[in-house]
Amino acid sequence: MRVLTRPQRVQIVNFKSSVAALALLLGMAQPLHAENLPVFNLTIKDGRYSPETVEIPADRKIKLVIKNEGPGPEEFESSDLNREKVIKAGKSAEVTIGPLKPGTYKFIGEFHPKTAQGRIVAK
Amino acid sequence: MLATAIIVFREVLEAALIIGIVLAATQGLARRANWVSAGIVAGVAGAGLVAWFADTISAALAGIGQEVFNAGIMLFAVVMLGWHNVWMKRHGREMAQHMRDLGQAVKLGSRSMTMLAVVIGLAVLREGSEVVLFLYGVAVAQPDSPGLMLSGGLLGLLSGAIVGLLMYRGLLRISSRHLFAVTTWMITLLASGMAAQAAGFLMQADLLPPLVQSMWDTSGIVAQNSVFGRVLQTLIGYVDHPSGIQVLFYAVTLISIVLLMRLYGSMSSSHKVQPIRAMET
Repeated sequence: MRVLTRPQRVQIVNFKSSVAALALLLGMAQPLHAENLPVFNLTIKDGRYSPETVEIPADRKIKLVIKNEGPGPEEFESSDLNREKVIKAGKSAEVTIGPLKPGTYKFIGEFHPKTAQGRIVAK
Repeated sequence: MLATAIIVFREVLEAALIIGIVLAATQGLARRANWVSAGIVAGVAGAGLVAWFADTISAALAGIGQEVFNAGIMLFAVVMLGWHNVWMKRHGREMAQHMRDLGQAVKLGSRSMTMLAVVIGLAVLREGSEVVLFLYGVAVAQPDSPGLMLSGGLLGLLSGAIVGLLMYRGLLRISSRHLFAVTTWMITLLASGMAAQAAGFLMQADLLPPLVQSMWDTSGIVAQNSVFGRVLQTLIGYVDHPSGIQVLFYAVTLISIVLLMRLYGSMSSSHKVQPIRAMET
């Protein structure tokens, strides 16, 4: 058997604990608030969102369901909301948003930044 | 074509900057070119796989698979980067002493390089998978002009690579005495920024509370989605209006790496010195 030097042993312990931490994180991967959040729907098709303006209530958490009707994948991205999510054609994705202060929050489709533009208005 | 190039450039930017920093940080380590190349190749292969399985990843864990996957990758990279810093602090001097003994240098260098090669691989994988999906989307939408798409993609890739190269060249202008300190700090900030981004993904998945929705808003000065904003995000973890949990992750990572470097970084040298002193008395 190979005798490990001290630094090697420390490294292996470090590695094990980091893997364990990652596994723990993945194991905990259950939404904090899986209860019924109000759902708002958004569709992206041919590089355009519809509707382009989504009104949501301010000061409460909501769930945005984005359906990509293609063609091709799209990435929902909003630096105003700190959100990004890749959605393949024909698929839907959920993004939790808020609670937001009243205001307008822009989002784009990263793969069609010129045409895929929309905004969330929190009231 | 230009639109394609710009989007690919924006996606490639982060990975290119990370590679530039790693190349500067590993200046003088044996066989680093092999390790870096291996990291890039593995990352590209991984990017293809991630893009291919994007649906499966997305649908996993009740729809938050993508966020958990991204956060997991970033947190793993954070551990590797922090570990590299501590390791280099511990063995840096030892390595410099043994540098003439090539075999020893290769053995020591390869340990640290493995971690950084993994970081490069993960960065390429994450950004690359989005490039693959985007180009696939362009190909689906405009099937009649594959040449334009390809040249746009290559132009974007090339521009990204040039920025990475400039980063590397710029860092090498720093005198070798200070280079190690500078790259150590850059890697620390890089890791802290990644931790903040990971927190952002976990918050999006509703796994972490934001604590405070927006700690400050500097989007009027440097917008997050501008190219400069992206560069800053990679280099120092800039977020134009970070949530409380992101700031917390950033601070905890920064402080942990600095503390670990202080704690473990000096241990090996004190171990070496003490027995000699004991014999003298």
